Amino acid sequence: MPQVSLTVNGKQHSVEVEGRTLLVELLREKLALTGTHVGCDTSQCGACVVHVNGMAVKSCTMLAMQAEGAKVTTIEGLAAADGTLHPMQEMFREHHALQCGFCTPGMVMTAIDLIQSHPQGITEEQIRDGLEGNLCRCTGYHNIVKAIAAAWPLMHGKTAQAAE
Amino acid sequence: MYEFAYQKPASANAAAALLAADMEAKAMAGGMTLIPVLKQRLNKPSTVVDLAAAGLVGISEAGGVVTIGAMTTHAAIAASDVVRAKIPGLAEQASWIGDNAVRHRGTMGGSLANNDPSACYPSAVLALGGTIVTTKREIAADEYFQGMFTTALEPDEIITAIRLPVPQKSAYEKFRNPASRYATVGVFVAQFAAGVRVAVTGAGQNGVFRHKEMEAALSKSFTADAIAAIKTPADGLNSDIHASAEYRAHLIGVMARRAVARAR
Amino acid sequence: MGFEGIGASVRRKEDRRFLRGQGNYTDDINRPGQTYAYIRRADRPHARILRIDTAAAAASAGVLAVFTGADIAADQLGGIPCGWQIHNKDGSPMAEPMHPVIATGKVRHVGDPVAVVVAESRQHAKDAAEKLVIDYEDLPAVATMRDAIAPGAPLVHDDAPGNQCYDWHIGDREATEAAFARAAHVVKLDLLNNRLIPNAMEPRAAIGEFDSNSGDYTLYTTSQNPHVIRLLMGAFVLHIPENKLRVVAPDVGGGFGSKIYHYAEEAIVTWAAGKLMRPVKWTAERSESFMSDAHGRDHDSTAEMALDADGKFLALRVRTLCNMGAYLSTFAPCVPTYLYATLLAGVYATPAIYAEVRAVFTNTVPVDAYRGAGRPEASYLLERLVDVIAADTGIDRIKLRRMNFIPADAFPYQTPVALQYDSGDYVATLEAALKQADFAGFPARRAAAKAAGKLRGIGISTYLEACGIAPSAVVGSLGARAGLYEVANIRVHPTGSVTVFTGTHSHGQGHETTLAQLVCSQLGVPMEQIEVVHGDTAKIPFGMGTYGSRSLAVGGSAMVKAMDKIIAKGRKIAAHLMEASVEDVTFEDGAFKVAGTDKSKTLTDVSLAAYVPHNYPIEELEPGLEETAFYDPKNFTYPGGCHICEVEIDPDTGVTRVVNFTAVDDVGRVINPMIVEGQVQGGVAQGIGQALLENAVYDASGQLLSGSMMDYTMPRADNLPNITVGTESTLCTHNPLGVKGCGEVGAIGSPPAVINAVVDALSEFGVRHLDMPASPQKIWSIIEAARGRMAAE
Repeated sequence: MPQVSLTVNGKQHSVEVEGRTLLVELLREKLALTGTHVGCDTSQCGACVVHVNGMAVKSCTMLAMQAEGAKVTTIEGLAAADGTLHPMQEMFREHHALQCGFCTPGMVMTAIDLIQSHPQGITEEQIRDGLEGNLCRCTGYHNIVKAIAAAWPLMHGKTAQAAE
Repeated sequence: MYEFAYQKPASANAAAALLAADMEAKAMAGGMTLIPVLKQRLNKPSTVVDLAAAGLVGISEAGGVVTIGAMTTHAAIAASDVVRAKIPGLAEQASWIGDNAVRHRGTMGGSLANNDPSACYPSAVLALGGTIVTTKREIAADEYFQGMFTTALEPDEIITAIRLPVPQKSAYEKFRNPASRYATVGVFVAQFAAGVRVAVTGAGQNGVFRHKEMEAALSKSFTADAIAAIKTPADGLNSDIHASAEYRAHLIGVMARRAVARAR
Repeated sequence: MGFEGIGASVRRKEDRRFLRGQGNYTDDINRPGQTYAYIRRADRPHARILRIDTAAAAASAGVLAVFTGADIAADQLGGIPCGWQIHNKDGSPMAEPMHPVIATGKVRHVGDPVAVVVAESRQHAKDAAEKLVIDYEDLPAVATMRDAIAPGAPLVHDDAPGNQCYDWHIGDREATEAAFARAAHVVKLDLLNNRLIPNAMEPRAAIGEFDSNSGDYTLYTTSQNPHVIRLLMGAFVLHIPENKLRVVAPDVGGGFGSKIYHYAEEAIVTWAAGKLMRPVKWTAERSESFMSDAHGRDHDSTAEMALDADGKFLALRVRTLCNMGAYLSTFAPCVPTYLYATLLAGVYATPAIYAEVRAVFTNTVPVDAYRGAGRPEASYLLERLVDVIAADTGIDRIKLRRMNFIPADAFPYQTPVALQYDSGDYVATLEAALKQADFAGFPARRAAAKAAGKLRGIGISTYLEACGIAPSAVVGSLGARAGLYEVANIRVHPTGSVTVFTGTHSHGQGHETTLAQLVCSQLGVPMEQIEVVHGDTAKIPFGMGTYGSRSLAVGGSAMVKAMDKIIAKGRKIAAHLMEASVEDVTFEDGAFKVAGTDKSKTLTDVSLAAYVPHNYPIEELEPGLEETAFYDPKNFTYPGGCHICEVEIDPDTGVTRVVNFTAVDDVGRVINPMIVEGQVQGGVAQGIGQALLENAVYDASGQLLSGSMMDYTMPRADNLPNITVGTESTLCTHNPLGVKGCGEVGAIGSPPAVINAVVDALSEFGVRHLDMPASPQKIWSIIEAARGRMAAE
């Protein structure tokens, strides 16, 4: 069986996989990182979004072998070692941006990428457009949009007032 | 998925050689279409030949032609200063394909090789009169697209780059399928000194096509009004649960007028 | 810590684990020695199974077993039971055909399980399932309700003649006919309630496990009600007594009704685990969910209102055809009857109502409750009808509503369709919503939109629902085969911390927080010292689960009763400790006090004494401080309110955008405003989804055309507006918390508001009604046809 070597949440792994093994299967089944979810089979729901070399990707639509040498970050890799939440996680909690929690890991990973890729500021419309690849059935997105907007100043080192 | 072997050759020619040696092998670019197809077990390749290491990434411009490496991602095309300055319609189009995560991995070459009838890029390449550069030859856009999921590519031929002439003005308008977000109708307009080209994707039963009647009218006057009276026939257009052929025919007119009005 | 009791927007206790990817959903669980099941499903709507050749599959790599309907029959397993029996007009029981765990003889819908492969890995199981050779003889199928009732239609079940499940009615036919006979106006409307696919984000999954030493079975499953699953599966399907069957519903990723029911896969993995002596896991792929999760809605109705000359409602007559799908899902029969027709009074004082409901079988996926369940269908019918009456009679739609509202001083109000409303103030919610939505400013917004080439419309719905399900005796008399009380066990630990064991189940509702707030308020215990446990039959005494917005109204009330018992016992202990008489001991702010003195004992003092009974009235009282209560509600609860939707339509493409949405709901007492707002927003999003986007479509042959997220339109962030939520509460009069429920109001109130707005936007084209979803193509066709007519005139 082929081997894939990659770094996940800062930890180096070398794992035997099949050619057909998906990145999400590697994460969930081989590395027991079950925070990354599978919500559909047509690459649409975004529950499986992780960061590969800093960019949001759908881990259900990537072969494990394609991640050779990559740096992967999953939802489990966001909080500090002492449990301090990433600002995006904290804003999701503060603004009640999750209910059942199933879409949440992918939503948070997409949201972080979205804020990182908008250093000049972000509008509500840009946030809604940016969530095109992530489905949530519980919240109606209202509070997710609010949480992401609130995370912008925190992630870009600005105070809330300065951002407005 | 059925099990397959995985190979990642270091050049396009090496990849082509793998394909030539094994008719059951299949090339993979970003995998945004191929992997879902494999997951549905609709395809059973012996080997997946990953082009990621083949060195086909990059965007450049010289002599009025923009050249895009086949493995350049939608995100890179959308963000490219060159593309935004020279072919703004293409930058916009790339930014509307799939979603953020898909754009990070999906590539222009992969989309063109697949030639999904509701994919966006075929409309840009056809409207711009582009050239598909492969491991074997150069193919003009007008010869390249041969019907849905059908192209001029031979089984062991790999797209290496796409060459696109810089138009005076361009724009893309897309009416998205509400569920899949693919193009129900996409219209790309490109104005050149020699005339206007209009290509329609998503609508035709045979994939992307040029709208000659609109091209003629727009070549005389590049305004939305010039095509306001043109009625596109519904014959030969797709029909599905979201859009009938008649509705698509109507949308072609709306999208074309909007594209012309916004072209820059 | 600030105030954390009833009324505080406490941030959720459950969020940290979800935000860190440390939730524990069923598919996240892996048991030692686990195997994997893959289910081969029917690819056709109706066929006789001639032969299943399992040899190649059984010989495939990694395969442990292949099971078919014959194996299920050989082990004498029962069919999947239905939890509700409706009676026909003539008093005879509904048709209740056998629902086999694995299809035997025939398949009856695309997705019907035909064979199960259990293997060492998912891939092995799937590889092998493809090697099954199944010979079918295709049979003619009925894909729609109209097909099903056509004379000579093919039968889905031989023992359901005419494909009829039941033909039921409610209300006073004679009084209704009489009112129609003397009416000044009669307004009639035909309307469809579109079929939906729930699509909770977590696909269903189940793991069965068997302990060969003890003979104990365990099922981990994505369920809204583990005790109900234990009851149905244990008693009716697998014949396993409760003491030998544990059902665990861990973190569940959304339900919306679709995870209430007992599904075949739960029985399959549990039974197979016993056969193979190894754990068996099954996880649905999304495309499987589309063809195996119960669908929702799917009504075809005619509504007629009789009015007097002033526009007062005299009588309502409704005929509804509703789809059961191919088999009866757990609660399917009650949805279009007792959760629908009983709601047809809505907020209006209509003196006479008569409704006939005919349920039919079709070769489609079973249909059952989906968020709102019956009540969205009723509110949609009524609120569309009221707008059509306004249009037909020329009476202003708000005036028409006001003049027909049940007045605020008329409660308790007995409707002509069985229910007795306890409280409400429909004028208050209407006025608050009109103000919040700036209804008065709409003409200016419409004019601005017109100048920009857009059609703008505004729609109102003043809806009512019944939830807090439900009084057991009442539902029993109506055909329920279960009681619908709820159970709570409150355990005060020796040092005063508290664990709540509730029979309700949280799959997004935030019970770990809201229920803890009840304890915080009633016992004065800080939030961090309260734990809420749910979803495990081994830990919880009993329970009926979460659906029908019942968790607070019924489950919360059970907690109050249990805590009352805690306090009563605590007063006796405290009286002993303080050498006072019990009558003089009060409990407030977490402390037992002797009236008129400064003597006081904290709950912790009392709990410590209860568990370390050195100084304790041991002759009269048992040690310990733990109480259980069963609460059976006295009535349903009746949330209601007003939703106002504003849309803008692009006349060139037919695309509708919701630009404003305002909901003002009466949900009774609000425990956690933040969570209530979130529940309403989520419900409204599903309602907007139904009204504009979502539609389950079968072709004439019975194939599901909208069988994946590529074809079924799920609402995305860019389809939805910000959703403004307000509450304007009257208290429920018959439960101790005064709560009514908030889980479904969003999905019940919103669809008619959206369609009323769309029709309003299209008013210049003479549109009276259009069916959901108001898709771009449908709106474009309407505009196109109207323009054609206008041009011809």
